[in-house]
Formats: sequence, structure tokens, C-alpha cells
Amino acid sequence: MLEQQLVNGVVLGATYALFAIGFTLMFGVMGVINLTYGVYFALGAFAALWSTQGLGLPIWAALPLGAAVAGVLAVAVDTLLLTRLRKAKAPELASLMVTLGATLFLYAGMAAALGTEIRRFPAGVFDGGAYSLGAVRIGGTQVLIFGAALVLVVALLALVRGSRLGLAIRAVAENPDAAALMGINGALMLRVVSFLSGAIGGAAGVLVGLNFNAIQPFMGEHMMLRGFAVIIVGGLGDLRGALLAGLLLGLAEVLTAAYLSSTLKDMIAFALLVATLWFRPLGLFGRAAAKRA
Amino acid sequence: MTALLSVEGLRLGYARADVVHGIGLAVQRGSIVSLIGSNGAGKTTILRSLSGLMKPRAGSVRWSHGETVEIAGEAAHRIARRGIVQVPEGRQVFANMTVAENLRLGAYHVATPEAARRQEAVVARFPRLGERLRQQAGYLSGGEQQMLAMGRALMAEPVLLLLDEPSMGLAPLIVEEIFAIIASLRAEGRTILLVEQNASAALAIADYAYVLETGRIRLQGEAAEVARNPEVTAAYLGV
Repeated sequence: MLEQQLVNGVVLGATYALFAIGFTLMFGVMGVINLTYGVYFALGAFAALWSTQGLGLPIWAALPLGAAVAGVLAVAVDTLLLTRLRKAKAPELASLMVTLGATLFLYAGMAAALGTEIRRFPAGVFDGGAYSLGAVRIGGTQVLIFGAALVLVVALLALVRGSRLGLAIRAVAENPDAAALMGINGALMLRVVSFLSGAIGGAAGVLVGLNFNAIQPFMGEHMMLRGFAVIIVGGLGDLRGALLAGLLLGLAEVLTAAYLSSTLKDMIAFALLVATLWFRPLGLFGRAAAKRA
Repeated sequence: MTALLSVEGLRLGYARADVVHGIGLAVQRGSIVSLIGSNGAGKTTILRSLSGLMKPRAGSVRWSHGETVEIAGEAAHRIARRGIVQVPEGRQVFANMTVAENLRLGAYHVATPEAARRQEAVVARFPRLGERLRQQAGYLSGGEQQMLAMGRALMAEPVLLLLDEPSMGLAPLIVEEIFAIIASLRAEGRTILLVEQNASAALAIADYAYVLETGRIRLQGEAAEVARNPEVTAAYLGV
């Protein structure tokens, strides 16, 4: 039934949009494709799992905790690995390779420490019941996922587009030297952005972990492929683009699985990616690099 | 009288080569000091080191506003917060942001009501910016971008304004306008260190001038005297 599939698609798309918005923020400000982003996704999910299982926290407390843990790791990785490269004005490829190495290191560490088996949230961690809207059935978990993703996306957009801190972040992204001349501490802003991105990735991990009730260290890898497709389709570094492309991808995957074949759905992200780049090489909201600088 | 800014033995360079070889200069409060010299003499490099965008290899930079402090090597954002504000070469406005956002960033550390008051003052000085507050800065003409870069710096109410080639690439009429504004800023008591290739315009409004040649101070003195120096007239004033 189409309406049901649309609801499922929007909920899935909301998690993709949330994941991608953190990824594209990191790229937009730092100018680096940071491959460790998938690790924050998995770490957020694990931290939330641990806080519900080990500490017995409810999901509304586990979600921000998972996000915060992921954010702190993102700051640590950026400070330890990328600050030096930035100071040396290393080429983008060098940063990409460093984050690739860090990703392999962190995944291996997580797999060794946590094991690779699939974990689940304790039964009843969230029981929102289910709602019927005509023939459409909406699970409480779906409402939570969609609601949380919506709140986080709106909050991030408001911060970046409508606050003084957001103005400073955009200034540092556009021209770090000129921002420094305005008295803005660029290094601090980059840490703030690292934390925000990591925390959003972590929050997405918690929500996706809830949606599929499956958590394991490599869950971020699967998501990164979609994340790439979404941020490129949306236009690198553009928050609105990531939001729209994330929703589109979620809908496309669910509709493909429902009406064509679920084995085809993994092809969709990349078909969408190729088709977008074919007609709009800079993505839906992409701007020419010269104007961005 | 203690100079507002006093520089001694400043050595600057890129990679293996020194570009500025231990120069000294002083900027008195309330004056316009001009640094002139041909392309590649090291003028912009000196300004970048004073604003903290570049770390000196040696030398001292003393800042006497209130107490006297050594600021050589300090981070750019800290130097800016001391009241030393640079209008960089090539304007470097935030092209993707609006004129109003650029101005707001100039007074980043100031609360919104005070920033609004300062914006009014800047718009009164540059009425053209007032007409374009909602426009994206990247679409302004070169002259308007220069005004925006200066307006943005004035939003910080700087104690010392570092101007790097404000006339570069601008039409003569706009250059006149920009220099009239620089003169009016001095009349209001602001202190300005002006780097210019347009030596005649710079010497006409400066109180004191330094002539820089391949990273060394070749000549210095009252601006009017420097302007009369035969070497300067031959080399820079095209007389």
C-alpha cells in the first residue's frame, strides 16, 4: 500500500538526512571528507545501548548521551590527526588518507573491544505503542525517530543560519584568515563543528539502531555509502541539500523494495547519484567552487 | 612619547627565504603612518605579521594601549581583540554572506544592540553599503567591496587600523573617495598604518612614512619630506 510505504520511506529518509547533515557540515566547514564519520554513527549507537543496558537509562536520556560520546570522539580525532595537517596546509588527499587510516584503526578497535555480533536494545527500551491513521500504521518508534531527526535538523539549521555562533562558523568555513581578523577563534570553531557533526552522526546511529534494532561496529560503513550519495546529490557542504536528498533516498529505497525488489534497493542510491551528477554536476544545491571561496 | 605600536628587528620569511630583514618602525597614536615600496618589497608580509596571520622569525612588536605588551607571534584573533584590525589585501569580504552579515562579523564580540548602533555609524559613512545590506557581498563591485572591508573593520572600533593596499584595482574616482575616508578617520583621532603602492596618494595623507625596498627600510621621515626626496620622486612618484 502506497501510503504505508511513503511513511516508512520518510522515516528512513529522516535518518539518512540526519546522518548526512552532520557529514556535510563537517565537509562544508573543514573542507575535508572525513571518513571517520561512520565510526561516530556506530559509537553513538553503542554508547546508547550501553547506557540503556548497563545504566538502565531510558531512551530519551540515552540518545543525547550517545550523541555526546560520539561528539567527543570526533573532537579528539580532529584535534589529534587533522590539526597538524591543517596547519601545514596539507593537500586534501593527505587528510582523506589520514581519516581512512583512522577509520580502519577505530573500527578494528571497536570490533576487538565490543565483538562483531549484532546487539539489540533491551526489550521495552522504548514502547510508544502504534497509531493508525486510516489504513496506515505508524509505530511509536517511527514517531520517535522522525520527531528526533526533525528536531535535530531544525536545531542545527537554526544554529548555523540564525545565530551569532553559526555566523562565526560560516565565516571560518569561508575564509579562516579573514575570520581570525574579526577576532574569531578558528580552532575553537572547528572543535565546535567537530563536536556538532560527531554528535549528529552519533544521534543518527542511535535512531537507526532503534529503527532496525540491530547494532554492530561496522554499521557505519553501510551508512557511509549512503551518506556519500546523499551529500553529493544534495551538493557538497549544503545542509538543505543533504536534508532533501536524504529524504529522497529513503523514499526511493523503500518504494523500490516494495514495488520492485528489495535486492535492487542498494543500487538505488548510486543510480540516483549518477543521475544527479549527470544533470547537475554540483548536486541539487551545489554552488561553483569559486563562489564558495 | 611611547608609540602605540613599536616594532624592532622584525624578521619574516616564507620557507627558506627571509623576505623582511629585521626592520623597525613606530606608529604614534592618532597618526597615519604609511609604508610604501614596490611590489614584493615585503609590505603585505609586514602587515600580516602585525595582525598575527604570520609568525615572525625574530623581533619584537610592542603594543602600548593601556599597558605595554609584547604581541609578536600572538594568534590573529587575540591581536584583533586588542583593537588591531586589518583590512586585508584584496578585501577578503565573506562573499557568500550578505553585507549586513559581513558587518555583524566585524563586531563579532559585541552584543547585538551595540552592533546595531555601530552599523548605523558605518552606514552613515558608507551610504552605498546601507542600500545593499541584504545583498550578497560577492556581487558588490570592487569599490563597494573595499568599502565593506573597511566598514567591517570599523565595526570593531579599532584602536589601530591596518590598511593593505586599499586602492588596488579601483577606479581613480573611487580611490579618491577611499582616501577621503581614510583622512576623515584620522581627523576623528584614529591611528592608521597604511600600506600602499600608490605612493603619491599615500604620502599626501600620511604624517610619517617608511620606504621599503627588498625587505629593508630604505628611507623614513615626515611624509612631506619623504615626498620631496629625489630618490622617492624618481622611483615611486614617477616625476
